[in-house]
Amino acid sequence: MDPADRPTRKSPRFPLGSAERGFCGRIQTIEVASEVSDLPGEELERRLIELGFTEGAYVEILHEGIFGRDPIAVRVNDATVALRRREAMAIIVT
Amino acid sequence: MATIANASELRFALIGTPNSGKTALFNALTGSRQKVANYPGVTIERKTGPLRTPSGRSVTLIDLPGTYSLRARSPDEEITRDIVLGRLSSEKTPDLLLCVADATNLRLALRLAIELKRIGRPLLLVLNMIDIAHRRGIEINLDRLSAELGMPVITAAAVRHGGTNDLLRRIDELAFDETASEENKWKLPTTSELRAAQREADRIIKIAVQMPAKPDTLTARLDAIVLHPIAGLIILLSILFLMFQAVFAWAKPVMDLIAAAFDALGTLVRDTLPAGLLQSFLQDGVINGVGSVIVFLPQILILFLFILILEDLGYMARAAFLMDRIMGGAGLHGRAFIPLLSSFACAIPGIMATRVIDSPRDRLTTILVAPLMTCSARIPVYTLIISAFIPAKQVWGLVSLQGLVMFGLYAAGIASALGVSFLTKYFFWRDDPTPPFMLELPDYKLPRPRSIIIALYMRAKIFLQRAGTTIFSMMVLIWFLASFPRPPAGASGPAIDYSLAAIVGHALTPLLAPVGFNWQINVALIPGMAAREVAVAALGTVYSIQGGKEAAEQIGQTLAGHWTLATALAVLVWYIFAPQCASTLAVIRRETASWRWMAVTFGYMLALAYIASFITYNVAIALGAG
Repeated sequence: MDPADRPTRKSPRFPLGSAERGFCGRIQTIEVASEVSDLPGEELERRLIELGFTEGAYVEILHEGIFGRDPIAVRVNDATVALRRREAMAIIVT
Repeated sequence: MATIANASELRFALIGTPNSGKTALFNALTGSRQKVANYPGVTIERKTGPLRTPSGRSVTLIDLPGTYSLRARSPDEEITRDIVLGRLSSEKTPDLLLCVADATNLRLALRLAIELKRIGRPLLLVLNMIDIAHRRGIEINLDRLSAELGMPVITAAAVRHGGTNDLLRRIDELAFDETASEENKWKLPTTSELRAAQREADRIIKIAVQMPAKPDTLTARLDAIVLHPIAGLIILLSILFLMFQAVFAWAKPVMDLIAAAFDALGTLVRDTLPAGLLQSFLQDGVINGVGSVIVFLPQILILFLFILILEDLGYMARAAFLMDRIMGGAGLHGRAFIPLLSSFACAIPGIMATRVIDSPRDRLTTILVAPLMTCSARIPVYTLIISAFIPAKQVWGLVSLQGLVMFGLYAAGIASALGVSFLTKYFFWRDDPTPPFMLELPDYKLPRPRSIIIALYMRAKIFLQRAGTTIFSMMVLIWFLASFPRPPAGASGPAIDYSLAAIVGHALTPLLAPVGFNWQINVALIPGMAAREVAVAALGTVYSIQGGKEAAEQIGQTLAGHWTLATALAVLVWYIFAPQCASTLAVIRRETASWRWMAVTFGYMLALAYIASFITYNVAIALGAG
């Protein structure tokens, strides 16, 4: 393994939903805790994957709404996706 | 001959992710010859159009609702799935699937293409907006992409003149390759299958697509302002204000012109034909009926012009982003803002504009509450009663009391709309999970005038055809109620006093007496169903005032003499809520494809109107305004 990759493995994992605007990183995994969304966990996972939130994808929080910093606009590789922080809690990033 | 007959039955379907430029491609391929109808039993639009290939084969092209997957999470995605899989009994399975992808944003589209391959139907990938991709320096190795995906890949530039020539030529070469059809291996993908397909798509992109060293940053730079928490909202409000102004003010001269033309036509009929039933039917029934439909057309066209431009620009998704939290509090979708705002001018274009809301449930809620927004037809009723009953004095030194009452009527409309949508969600869809707000924000693109003109033309046609028939028949019914039976010879009162409308009005008296309405009001409510402002003229007729709308001031004086303040306030409150507009009900019936939702709207609005007027009247009486 390239030594340059090692620090990212050690850096903490946290949900994208709690990240600040301007955060950039990569998706480690999709992990739907119960009660994250009104949707059943597996359905939310499918929808996130369909919008391009897959392991290893580059993500960056570009914009956020005025009330409660919600929703957020996220760069996912070369596309931009809007979603609420609540659903973004299922996206674990480093 | 048999082969020609077979060829003419060919059906191709366009399928693609939202924002892939699928509709622009459909418009470029079929032009204004497209047909828009609904799928049986649902409100989802079925768009088809004829297409002729260079070799002269004629094909029916179907534009399917956009989807990221065949998993079908919503009714319109179900339609897409069922047609593609040949499960819909009313539709023949398409002979060829054209998977449309935005060449500048291939990731999700390639995942869909990989999923579609499992169906085993003839399939090809159309790289749309290839011109933009070239301009941005994105290099796509078509042969490599085609080889890796295992399907033909064709480029197209829907918005360019001649941008679809290559596509048409290649369709000719490919469409009749009999070998392509295989066994259907599609099944509901699991999350790991979805992941695998996305990994495969990412792998292919890595091999076949080279992104420019310097990516295009126009969208990012624009978004820095457009999606800014404060600047973004200011821009959104300015756009909405401009749109509201346009629908409200710019349409006015054209609407006046249309109204004047129909008035002139009516006068011509009156002067030409002898007085009697035929004259009355043509003038009041047919000409007024048709006129009352066509008069909405300028507002609808202006509103849709704005919506189509904003949609094509890529702004609509951003407006939903900005409004999500604000509208979400009342259980409405971010996109409901534009239809509701338009409903201040008229609920008809507003209800038609709910098409911008993808989720059928959110769309239905918006349709239900749109008629509560104070439309321009209520203004004549409000101003008549306010000027007759509310003293023109100042309160708190600077605000006019009349203005304050007017403001209160508007505020009551907005508050009730938000309240009803909140309750609708609570009662109808409590157990149904809210679909989360998740959508792609597409790159900004310049709209193409031709595509917008085609779409506008289709909207106008749909409105005139669909709504025209229902609204027109309701107008004729209202005319019939107000005209039959005819007054006996030598009758002294106005003709309406002898009609079915008067019988109904009198019959309603015991019901409406608790809210303070006399029989004259009840009678005027019936022709007032044609349009709210007609009630003003109808009151004039019932109180035997000649001169129609011009005599409004005189009507006001008469009303001031006949009504108590409590009755006047009850009528004002009635008009905030009551479903006093046959055209709106007809459009709801058309847009929801169901009598049931029209009845629900009519029922809940009537109940609200009755309860609110009852409270207003009795509180006013208690306070000594009787």
